Amino acid sequence: MISVHGLTKVFPGGVRALDSLDLEIGEGEFFALLGPSGCGKTTLLRTIAGLETPTSGSVVIGGTDVTALPPGRRDVAMVFQDYALFPHMDVTDNISYPLRIRKVPRDRRRARAAEVAGRLSLTELLGRRPGQLSGGQQQRVALARAIACHPRAFLFDEPLSNLDARLRLEARTFLKRLQDELGVTTVFVTHDQGEALALAHRIAVMDAGRVAQVGTPTEVFHRPATTFVASFIGSTPMNLLPGRMGDGALHVAGAVLPAPGDPPGGGDGGDGGDGGEIVYGVRPEYTDLSTTRRDDGFAGEVAVLENLGTATLVTLEGPGHLVQAVVPEGREPALGTTAWAVPRPGRALLYRDDVLVGRA
Amino acid sequence: MNTDAAGLGRSRAVVFALPALVLIGVFLVFPALWTIYLGLTDYRLTGLAAADPQVVGTANYTAALGDERFRSSFWLTAQYVLGSAVIGQAGLGFTLAWTLRGRRGTVRRVVEGLVLLSWILPGSVVAFLWIALLDRDGGTLNALLGTPGAAWLLDHPMLSIIVFNTWRGTAFSMMLYSAALENVPVSHLETARLAGASTLQRLRDVVLPQIRGHVLTNVLLTSLWTFNDFTPFLITAGGPEGRSEILPFYVYNTALRGGQLGFGAAVSFLILLINLVFALAYLRLLRNRREVAV
Repeated sequence: MISVHGLTKVFPGGVRALDSLDLEIGEGEFFALLGPSGCGKTTLLRTIAGLETPTSGSVVIGGTDVTALPPGRRDVAMVFQDYALFPHMDVTDNISYPLRIRKVPRDRRRARAAEVAGRLSLTELLGRRPGQLSGGQQQRVALARAIACHPRAFLFDEPLSNLDARLRLEARTFLKRLQDELGVTTVFVTHDQGEALALAHRIAVMDAGRVAQVGTPTEVFHRPATTFVASFIGSTPMNLLPGRMGDGALHVAGAVLPAPGDPPGGGDGGDGGDGGEIVYGVRPEYTDLSTTRRDDGFAGEVAVLENLGTATLVTLEGPGHLVQAVVPEGREPALGTTAWAVPRPGRALLYRDDVLVGRA
Repeated sequence: MNTDAAGLGRSRAVVFALPALVLIGVFLVFPALWTIYLGLTDYRLTGLAAADPQVVGTANYTAALGDERFRSSFWLTAQYVLGSAVIGQAGLGFTLAWTLRGRRGTVRRVVEGLVLLSWILPGSVVAFLWIALLDRDGGTLNALLGTPGAAWLLDHPMLSIIVFNTWRGTAFSMMLYSAALENVPVSHLETARLAGASTLQRLRDVVLPQIRGHVLTNVLLTSLWTFNDFTPFLITAGGPEGRSEILPFYVYNTALRGGQLGFGAAVSFLILLINLVFALAYLRLLRNRREVAV
């Protein structure tokens, strides 16, 4: 549906925001562009919209090469972070503005605005101005404006970031259901990994103008392709510890762990080469805490306890490393005591030269 | 709410405000009232009426309104304000601000520098620069255009002072509109672009409604300043044959050169009334805008 090929964008001054990037987004897909600020995700979205001109490469929407087309002729609708509602127009006029530009007759415009507004529970607000609406209502008006003109694709720039935390969760559910019902290809930008995991069918994790990994939420969560993705995805950062492979076992931060099993993709054996430097990654959620000595655990002094509600994030300070583990409520160790963080078998990931090579 | 935030008390507040009020009274209110009084007399600069002016009632006003020279001067002023304030300064200022919006670097700095230069030079200096520019013999413009002997100030006196005043005052409008345009969010313009709006449609639907207050303020100020502007007198002195005699020149020529102080005062009062109409219309529009905004 939307595909970009070899897309490069260099801004005046030499900043390379996109670096020969390729991406395929399927028909009807809810697709997230995820990454830290400055990774190029917004530039990519704006280039798809036509608001930025790529330095090289092409953008194809629905089989048509739109690289040279102005934004107004690409048949996409964008919802901006600040919603960009026109303050001098009421809700009806805001929603029907794109139709007005397309010279749709006034009565048909109003009928379409009322229809879309009804669907988004905005009927009561049709005569109001944006200044008289709450943040959540403004967001729905902006969505209604995007929906009203039947575009081929929606582009959302940080759609939830201007809402407060509580409303954000509601809006998230609402947005997912809406996209499901409409079935229109949707690309959205976010820096919030939780939002991307919750909403998207597929996620492209971006880093420094390139795509680090594309996959379903399950794939990027369970098999992050690089240590960058591993550290970026997940509500608590993944433990990444340097280690060494040898004697049929893994030696990581003082612990001896079983050697890796199947590599991702399952092809070329466990890459059991000895003596290799590796990075051992395991999520705090997949790490148990033991108060008795364990050879397969990372020892450390309990340095920080962070309450997560139904669980507690424990930070252990060992010699030269920090390890985090999530323990269920009521099982927190005392500060200052020594504990062992034990990875659950099969949940750890091994990286060599920053690339996923196996699981252990 | 505490209306006495400074904690002075009424009597001390009056004492503090008094010097300023006295100055305003002596230098603004009294001369204005004195002008109204003079306008009702046959006061002259010299002669019998200078020593013993007589009250003549509204004779000066009827004379002014019946004077062909006054009426032609009024129309010239209207042309001058429309041409150099509304179309010239406000229009050109907006165009420059819109064109330079979002641009950085040399082009912007050079244009801004040139426009500002015309604004900060003293009026008398600028006037003589323009005389040199437009002079029939050896004028810079004739040298540039290769039209020796073209007498711009004689053949096109109104056009000359309109261009002059536009050039002179555009900087203010440009700066005001630059600031106003910064307040129009980029995402609004981009939303309109994505809807397929042309540049004119974006100006009409997104930009102008959001900077309407700035436009009103700008047009009022430039109109009033232009209406009362005396600098071009140094270039044409209202000539030739009164063809560029806008109202401020007319007052000067009749009251001071012609010595009819009473008559000049009456015309001044008429100018004041016209200015008042401008200001009231502006306040009215601004109030409508506020009501709409709520």
